[in-house]
Amino acid sequence: MRCNTRIPSGCAISGMMCESGDRVDGSAIIKSIALMHDRSNGLGGGFAAYGIYPRRADQYAFHMMFDDFAAKENFDEYVKDHFIVERDEVIPTSPFGNITSPPVLWRYFLNVDEKKLEFVEDREYVVNKVMEINSNVPGAFVSSSGKNMGAFKGVGYPEDIGHFYKLEEYKGYIWTSHGRFPTNTPGWWGGAHPFGLLDWSIVHNGEISSYGINKRYLEMFGYKLELRTDTEVVAYLFDLLVRRQNLPMELAVKALSAPFWDNIDRMEPHTKELMTAIRMVYGGALLNGPYSIILGHSRGMMGLNDRIKLRPMTCGRKDDMLYMASEESAIREIEPDLDTVWSPKAGEAVVGTLNGEVE
Amino acid sequence: MVMTIDAKGMYYRELNKMIRTAIEEGETEFVLDNINGQRYIGDAIKAKAKITIHGTPGNDMAVFMNGPTIEVFANGQDGIANTMNSGEIIIHGMVGDVIGYGMRGGKLMIKGDVGYRVGIHMKEYKTQVPVIVAGGCAGDFYGEYMAGGVMILLGLGAGEDKPIAGDYLGTGMHGGVIFLRGKVEEYQLGAEVAVMELDEKDLKLVTTYVTEWCEHFGHDVDEIMSRPFIKLKAVSSRPYGNLYAY
Repeated sequence: MRCNTRIPSGCAISGMMCESGDRVDGSAIIKSIALMHDRSNGLGGGFAAYGIYPRRADQYAFHMMFDDFAAKENFDEYVKDHFIVERDEVIPTSPFGNITSPPVLWRYFLNVDEKKLEFVEDREYVVNKVMEINSNVPGAFVSSSGKNMGAFKGVGYPEDIGHFYKLEEYKGYIWTSHGRFPTNTPGWWGGAHPFGLLDWSIVHNGEISSYGINKRYLEMFGYKLELRTDTEVVAYLFDLLVRRQNLPMELAVKALSAPFWDNIDRMEPHTKELMTAIRMVYGGALLNGPYSIILGHSRGMMGLNDRIKLRPMTCGRKDDMLYMASEESAIREIEPDLDTVWSPKAGEAVVGTLNGEVE
Repeated sequence: MVMTIDAKGMYYRELNKMIRTAIEEGETEFVLDNINGQRYIGDAIKAKAKITIHGTPGNDMAVFMNGPTIEVFANGQDGIANTMNSGEIIIHGMVGDVIGYGMRGGKLMIKGDVGYRVGIHMKEYKTQVPVIVAGGCAGDFYGEYMAGGVMILLGLGAGEDKPIAGDYLGTGMHGGVIFLRGKVEEYQLGAEVAVMELDEKDLKLVTTYVTEWCEHFGHDVDEIMSRPFIKLKAVSSRPYGNLYAY
């Protein structure tokens, strides 16, 4: 599963969310990302889906990748010691199609024993275990670890990966997707997008040139960056800033896509003070380089560009649906008749918020 | 004869090959229905032809195009008119980023807003003068490294939260001319450009192109021309001439 060759060879992203919480199956998001086939090169594709496990919505759904069954056996021992396994099962895949040599794909629905939570909050506990598994359990890799959500990813074109995982059979209120064209890091199953931690998921088009700085910053807070892909830092930064430090999402965004000092100089005094503080405190969280990302979490979806818009992003709305993609045509492919369509400004987040109950 | 192609679900290679083959056989008019995301439409075609597009064309439309007229009844995406040499493009909507990259001739008429880095490194040579007229507002880096050509931005829909153009306006510009219908702040300007007033010759040029734009999109010329324009030009034709000369 882990490949060490560098394949020097852009990307496609697409996301859709029903803000009222209605769920749709995965066929639309596959259609959308498939339209941008030529933005990928077959070395990675993946999806994040929210609302897919309503009957186990309170349990942590771990989507796992194993090099082989021996690695799974190892992990089974580990997981029993650290979690209550409510259920585990193979992640259903289709034997037809273009996907070859997948790892062992298994999902675990987990609870944490109260006794283990004496000194630590349960989400913090889960994060620590995810880091531990990815670093220390040989041949095992956590692809997603949130509740009522999951990541489905691998090496291949995204539409092939979508059919491989039978995403037509799942229903979600948020779907994000990624077609990969790896430029700096290897194309391997774990390295495909989305990257997830708890209910955070990230799909990303571009490259995080500040990776080294962000990595060292995150390591100070106990995150372990093992996936050899720059995008990983974005997921962990949102976890650190929003979950652990309770920063409102709009300020977290300003830490990552910070305004330039020139622009801060022209802001009115209160905003100027705030933005100066954000840049001073969160210098290590600043993302530099070209990127457009879509962040998914259980309460919403967010799109964000780098500060000088070196990667594309178009957004659209139709009734309760919010769409964002690398190209407008990828949205039109699944919703030709949009109420509004726009391209967000550089560094300005587009936010979708769940305002209904998930059905 | 008009050749109509239903492009629903068609891959771009197949579509563009059909158009190219038909042009070689003497076809001059095309109507493309159900276009969605097909790239490189009209690329490097060297002929007089008219291509009408219904739906959203993919990236790099009219790249290296040399002659045809393309009219799009939808929004456009990124990279339109990349290194285009001659011909005309009319877009009844808005467009994405990096429009007219290295464009060296021909005309691009856009009804709405344009994205980031529009007109980057446009150039001109003698009578080959590329022109981009857009009705809406522009993102950052409008006219970046512009070396020639004419860009006109009408700023319809501009307001307090939506300036006519973004920052880094004309950064690195060393040729050509930009006309904006509205004002920009000093800080928005790249170091290499200066704001000037239009002289009579400029006004005539702008009126000609605005009239043409109005004919396409149904606006009133006098109304558009009733608001003042500013002109942006490079302060030096060789801003980096001494960069490595020490």
